[in-house]
Amino acid sequence: MTAIRGGLDRLEQELYQRNVRIPEVGEEGQRKLLASRVLIVGLGGLGSPALFYLAACGIGEIGIADGDRVELSNLQRQILHGREDVGIPKTASAARSALRLRPDLLLTAYPCRITAANAAEVIAPYDFVIEATDNFTAKFLINDACVRLGKAFSHAGILGMYGQTMTVVPGKGPCYRCVFGEPPLPGAVPTTAEAGVLGTVPGVLGAIQATEAIKYLLNRGRLLVGSLLTWDALSMRFREIPLPPEARCGVCTGPGQPGRTGMDEGERKGT
Amino acid sequence: MEIRVNGEIRHWERSVTVRELLEGLGIRPETVVVELNLRIVARERVDEEMIAEGDSLEIIRLVGGG
Repeated sequence: MTAIRGGLDRLEQELYQRNVRIPEVGEEGQRKLLASRVLIVGLGGLGSPALFYLAACGIGEIGIADGDRVELSNLQRQILHGREDVGIPKTASAARSALRLRPDLLLTAYPCRITAANAAEVIAPYDFVIEATDNFTAKFLINDACVRLGKAFSHAGILGMYGQTMTVVPGKGPCYRCVFGEPPLPGAVPTTAEAGVLGTVPGVLGAIQATEAIKYLLNRGRLLVGSLLTWDALSMRFREIPLPPEARCGVCTGPGQPGRTGMDEGERKGT
Repeated sequence: MEIRVNGEIRHWERSVTVRELLEGLGIRPETVVVELNLRIVARERVDEEMIAEGDSLEIIRLVGGG
């Protein structure tokens, strides 16, 4: 993380006045956010609110990764993009939206798919990762890369009128693979193209992911580590499912892993 | 027997495997992960793991959308 500056300038004091008034944030917390780096992988339904809220709250540096172009059928939920953006890379239209809100944001675009070959290099510079991808292959890939790098991240998945999210802090609880094991067989679980998705579902889940990122960066509150939060929009019920406390998957227990006692709070934030 | 499924009390006539319970609830086993008493049931063990009186299950959907 970059050095934390001495104070907020006058523009920042006014921009972030409502953040600073929260006791758990304060001026010190706001300076932390302004010195933080977050990577968002996937600029769809989840990535849209996550990028808007993280940019708005004053995260200093945000990376955005997506290899897709905007399609008309994206627009009922992917609120970063507009009608005029159809056909252009999602990173380009997302950058335009985020910079309109936050002209001073340091934004790095990765207009490509995250693969096993580039994952570590893309993820390494960031303090926290928002996993907002739309397929199981990518979800497992980002999980594995983050666990190997000891990088905290927020997972979310959505379908229809249902969504779920968990936060993974390597060495502190189970990872996505510890819970879900392996990707389901192709075709076993429908995609959003097949089963549909209500736009507000990723809207809520993506906002929760951004909230987890902010709390992690501030080192405040309780994270969704060791539990999975599910939301059924149809019955309007949230449930928090406790997960097995021990991380047991092959990636978590693999060579070079920090294990259960590898990091304390100080090391985690590099402070 | 009385068991707890996703937080709700359910009554089942006899002891069943995880697969039998899921199918009884109309759920295809390949679309979910089952947590039995805070332990993940490996997908290849749904035919072997038995559910007993007092067990607590969480049936967690696999959703890959973003």
